[in-house]
Amino acid sequence: MNDAAPRPGARGRLLLTIGLVMLAVLVAVMVLGPSLAPYSPSRTTPDSLAGPTAQHWLGTDSIGRDLLSRLIVGGRSTLLITFASVALALCAGLVLGLASGYLGGRVDLVVMRLLDVIFAFPVFLLAIAVVAALGPTVPNLILTIAIVYTPTLARVVRAPVLSVKRWDHVEAARSVGVREFDIATRHVLPLVVSPIIVQTSLTLANTIFTVTALSFLGLGPPPPDPNWGSMLAEARQFMELAPLTVIGPAIAIVFASLTFIVLANGLREALDVGSR
Amino acid sequence: MSDAGPLLQVRDLTAAFGRAGAAAPVVKGISFDVAPGEAVGFVGESGCGKSVTARAILRLAPEGASVTLGGRVAYRGRDLLQLPAREMEQVRGRRIAMVFQDPMASLNPVMTVGQQIDDMLRHHQNLSRRAARRRTVDLLGLVGIRDPASRADDYPHQFSGGMRQRVMIAMAVSCEPDLLIADEPTTALDVTVQAQILRLLLRLRHELGMALMLITHDFGVIAGMVEQVFVMHRGEIVERGAVDAIFRDPQHPYTRALLAAIPRIETARRSS
Repeated sequence: MNDAAPRPGARGRLLLTIGLVMLAVLVAVMVLGPSLAPYSPSRTTPDSLAGPTAQHWLGTDSIGRDLLSRLIVGGRSTLLITFASVALALCAGLVLGLASGYLGGRVDLVVMRLLDVIFAFPVFLLAIAVVAALGPTVPNLILTIAIVYTPTLARVVRAPVLSVKRWDHVEAARSVGVREFDIATRHVLPLVVSPIIVQTSLTLANTIFTVTALSFLGLGPPPPDPNWGSMLAEARQFMELAPLTVIGPAIAIVFASLTFIVLANGLREALDVGSR
Repeated sequence: MSDAGPLLQVRDLTAAFGRAGAAAPVVKGISFDVAPGEAVGFVGESGCGKSVTARAILRLAPEGASVTLGGRVAYRGRDLLQLPAREMEQVRGRRIAMVFQDPMASLNPVMTVGQQIDDMLRHHQNLSRRAARRRTVDLLGLVGIRDPASRADDYPHQFSGGMRQRVMIAMAVSCEPDLLIADEPTTALDVTVQAQILRLLLRLRHELGMALMLITHDFGVIAGMVEQVFVMHRGEIVERGAVDAIFRDPQHPYTRALLAAIPRIETARRSS
């Protein structure tokens, strides 16, 4: 206890703090969005593909729109889709994973095999197929990504439920007449939240990539509204003339995804997942 | 609901583990009665089927095991083994309650003990939040927890083993059941606490007028606690009778062996 090495929790707390600060930046962009942007994201100016100036900090794109404003407004769209789809996947994953793990037997068999079918497809193949079939609107995109990530979250819920449902306090609760539904939601679920929180954060990191990749391929929110994926796609052909038009959205995507990875690692250590 | 006749009448109860066809019998057709307000003891070594018998009465199977129950468990004339699951939930805790061996693991670690007792009262007796809490505090006081009003807001890890067992007992008797099944209630506790818990069970039994089914591997626990004793061995009741008679004059060789296993102060002296 006399060595100067940081305590086991210190690294986790540091990561968690950094992650939360980064998350605050993202949430600020998402909530404040347009009011934070210096210009309207669709306002064009005569100087296209200009470098950074005092008026346009990051320069302009191919038709002279302010890059910084488009990044901020586009971030709002990308992040909203990300959060909405992960929230949906989390709800579905909680219900399916808990039902599957707690009820076991045939319910478990049917639910898990159905999820395995989804799981067996490569994420993009499935996402492209669903978006192509349903049409590239924002609700469809959210639904698609939610479907793609539900199996991962359901499994992360199911596994600890399988063990916690055998703990003595569950039998004790049953012995005093607590209803099965209440046992599952009040005596099992609260004990398995830690791994779910960590996995949700990791899923957010993956989802950022999925959302921007689908937008990059033209399956995202329809133009002219900016988002990080479509900005990257538009700027690709001018990459050599104005590198900032590509670097801007790319850094934004990496920053957002890094936020959730850092957060997940911080949470993992803070919540002590894995040691239980 | 007349007082005539037994409270619980168990006939040819069987329990077998495993799939049909290859099932291993654990309880092999036992029969016994418990009269209202009576205290009975079940004694036997581990694996003799006494805990499975207790769980069978409440239809609690060990999680993950497939257990087949047979025979008849009549509570006030109604066969519990045939009851729909919904009605069974009404019996558990309200009519027949149970206290388990390990008080460390029997409470939900993420809920305060007060919440857990409140929940049960609200569920079984439709009490308001405030009324339930008042009753919870009374109950915690009844089982001898000091300063119950503030302790109700503590989490299980803030209680010692003996205190947790008191909480479990408070929860079990909260709806004033007719029968309390105590499955090795003192095994996980140290000896001084054991005596306190047994005294508490005895006191509650008289105060609430409930029947008690005490399950233990320790004949020493049975003495002075119950009227009737059932000695179980390999899934069968091998000897039954009034507790004094069995202590004075055990008939079955297994019972004699169990009685001989109680450590005595004289023997301990001699060997040291």
